[in-house]
Amino acid sequence: MTTIDRVLGAGIERIDGPAKVRGSAPYAFEQDPGEPITHLALVQSTINRGRITRLDPSAAEATPGVLAVLTPANAPRLSGELTADLPVLQSLDVHYQGQVVAAVVAETSEIARAAVGGVRVEYAAEEPDVTLRADRPDLYAPAQVMAGFATDSVIGDVDGALSTAAVTVDATYETPAQHNNPIEMHTSMARWDGDSLTLWDANQGPHTIQRDLMTAFGLTAGQVRVISPYVGGGFGSKAFAHPHQILAAMAARVVGRTVVLELTRQQMFSLVGHRTPTIQRVRLGADSEGRLTAISHEVVEHTARIAEFAEQTATATRVMYAAPHRRTTHRLARLDVPPPTIMRAPGETPGMFALESAMDELAHTLGIDPVELRIRNEPPRDPERDVPWSSRSLVECLRTGAERFGWAGRDLRPGVRTDGRWLVGTGVAAATYPSRRRKADCRISVDGRGRYLVEIDGSDIGTGTWTALTQIAADALHVGLGEVELRIGDSRLPFAGGAGGSTGLASWGSAVVLTARQLRARLESLGGQPPPDGLTVDGGVPGPSPHAEQYSMHSFGAHFVEVRVDADTGEVRVPRATSVYAAGTIANATTARSQFLGGFCMGLSMALHEESLQDEHFGHFVNHDLAGYHIATNADVGEIDISWLDEEDPWVNELGLKGIGEIGIVGAAAAVANGYWHATGRRIRDLPLTPDKFFR
Amino acid sequence: MDTEITLRVDGAAHPLTVDTRTTLLDALRERLRNTSPKKGCDHGQCGACTVLLDGRRVNSCLVLAVTVGDAEVTTSNGLATDGQPHPLHRSFVRRDAFQCGYCTPGQICSAAGVLEEARAGWPSAVTADLTAAVELTDTEIRERMSGNLCRCAAYAHIVPAVADVAAAEGVRR
Repeated sequence: MTTIDRVLGAGIERIDGPAKVRGSAPYAFEQDPGEPITHLALVQSTINRGRITRLDPSAAEATPGVLAVLTPANAPRLSGELTADLPVLQSLDVHYQGQVVAAVVAETSEIARAAVGGVRVEYAAEEPDVTLRADRPDLYAPAQVMAGFATDSVIGDVDGALSTAAVTVDATYETPAQHNNPIEMHTSMARWDGDSLTLWDANQGPHTIQRDLMTAFGLTAGQVRVISPYVGGGFGSKAFAHPHQILAAMAARVVGRTVVLELTRQQMFSLVGHRTPTIQRVRLGADSEGRLTAISHEVVEHTARIAEFAEQTATATRVMYAAPHRRTTHRLARLDVPPPTIMRAPGETPGMFALESAMDELAHTLGIDPVELRIRNEPPRDPERDVPWSSRSLVECLRTGAERFGWAGRDLRPGVRTDGRWLVGTGVAAATYPSRRRKADCRISVDGRGRYLVEIDGSDIGTGTWTALTQIAADALHVGLGEVELRIGDSRLPFAGGAGGSTGLASWGSAVVLTARQLRARLESLGGQPPPDGLTVDGGVPGPSPHAEQYSMHSFGAHFVEVRVDADTGEVRVPRATSVYAAGTIANATTARSQFLGGFCMGLSMALHEESLQDEHFGHFVNHDLAGYHIATNADVGEIDISWLDEEDPWVNELGLKGIGEIGIVGAAAAVANGYWHATGRRIRDLPLTPDKFFR
Repeated sequence: MDTEITLRVDGAAHPLTVDTRTTLLDALRERLRNTSPKKGCDHGQCGACTVLLDGRRVNSCLVLAVTVGDAEVTTSNGLATDGQPHPLHRSFVRRDAFQCGYCTPGQICSAAGVLEEARAGWPSAVTADLTAAVELTDTEIRERMSGNLCRCAAYAHIVPAVADVAAAEGVRR
């Protein structure tokens, strides 16, 4: 690397911090479209499956202040290339409950929302099919699962190895549907100027949204601008376009005014995706010393009838532990549900709950410490791809975490420690997440006075990009932070993939480093001084690391938790936790700590609370708000010790940076469930660990 | 039905016309374009819209604008005085007590309310002695700040951010 470490890694305070704490950083709706804003409210289907037989908008249309009611009968026609739930208001067919069947534009939000009640809709409803079961006869194998992973992987003779193993575990784990629920509700504000569209939007990557809007309306890239400088969280649900972005643009076109659509919290349970529920059978075979001979991980999950979304749930099992005989499979049921989407570490999060719970069960069966069991099964190379690791520090994470937590001398027996009413236990689980680099373009300019402008369509959804990318740029340009101005969050900026899959800083940072090198070379050829009218260089990275085929690239981590369960009420508390990560270069120690902490606490939230309950008869998500869908609150979170190891990885990308947005959540729920078992002697294999499950 | 009201927000009076159905939050965000308070649920479940109403914290999505009358509305932006950030603004940045920042102005208004409640001796559900002076221990802060959801889960940084100011203001040892 030719970069010099000056501010990279330092815990610089967030550049956008002062504006965010005062509330003056403008999120989607808070930007100025340059004219008065009209409001859009949605009419949603009350059935899961069937067809609209009658739709009468006349009462809504007659309401003073209503500008238009969009229905399948009058809505502008969209391109037939749109898929899944994006062809909104294009047909009378209903595919899931909550589907948009009409939309009201009005002068104020109060008028729009009241007028929704004036749209009469009748349906011919069919019985919905929404229940996932592992014995459904219609389960099918998708062609591949998300992120390009193979649907199945089979090595050796798993069944034979299981039948002859000294010790086996055979258990089925279930995770419920979950919803991302960023606190900023999905919001789009659209304005047309002639045939050009501007969308101020809450998303994880403006170019991704721009692409679908271009398709929907038959526009060129120059005709669609998506602006998203500040985004109030996403966790996956803001990665891809959903119906609301297209609806806002459609409505603005119809009324010829700026239109904003702020989804309600309730609408976010059907219109912006969810994490699929999973049913996972894990079988482990081991010798009497705890060395795995066979690993089998079979996943059943759901997708929507109108869109295939195949979560890569068992893929972490392909890299975690050594075993000569191994099998992972994914099977899907097509149900009358809204399309699932990505939610923080899609795949790894539910998958590692199952695998890391099963490892804990195996440790107990063998009478081996669960940290030691994992260390004994450390694979020297990627056990399925049979290539070396670019770097792998799981064992160091486990050992360091055990020491920081005070794991040594732990009594292996479950259900034997009490503190008054509290049953007390401790649990451990490992974490992993792939490290990838994606295509990203970048433009860096220097003016005649030596001020640098770095332009790239990266996103800051809370991840710290504004700060960390500025640090990376300053180092790569060999200048101070104050000499660099960064621009992100606008589709007019050079192309970059969105914030997702822990690829953001790995990709954008690499693009910035390489472009900065080019600029410095040009400056040197000019004698080291920028010309009076400045200089601009375009650069970037073409895609994955050139070493991605040669090496297996992953970050790793280990979680240790103390769990207390109230023997009288079943209440579960997690008073303290230790997490240690190895994720290559850490760009900003302050924002990275928050990333790891936030990921872990979302896993804690998953363990204790999160569950989207679907009514089997009526098909809808019943608990569709933040009073019914519980997420961790301040009082749920105790003392959390976050740390990371120094890890150098010369292969992953220009910065040796593996990405840290997801690793924190992976395995966290398993650590809590394992601690729950150690406290109570009860193995809960279906999340969340709600109090009732202590008494069943 | 439209009604003429005057809202006093962050030290300035704003005459405006609102629908009688308009919440204080929507009056601020949609009519006055004061977007310091955020909308996260519109049902009083998340706390992102928290403002101070005559110094007490409220979910502004649960207050109808026509009921506010002469009460002084203070947003996080309004906690700054003479252009200088409030101590909570500084401590939240220093402790990195947020990620996306969307719930943050509500967290900060809520924290300002917590400090005032502690000074006034109001107990919480976790206060052991209901008659003694309130001290904002970590447990007290966690309890009192639990009406403000943070999906980025910066809670473990919010607690010390509030504690720093509580200590400086004498409601924590």
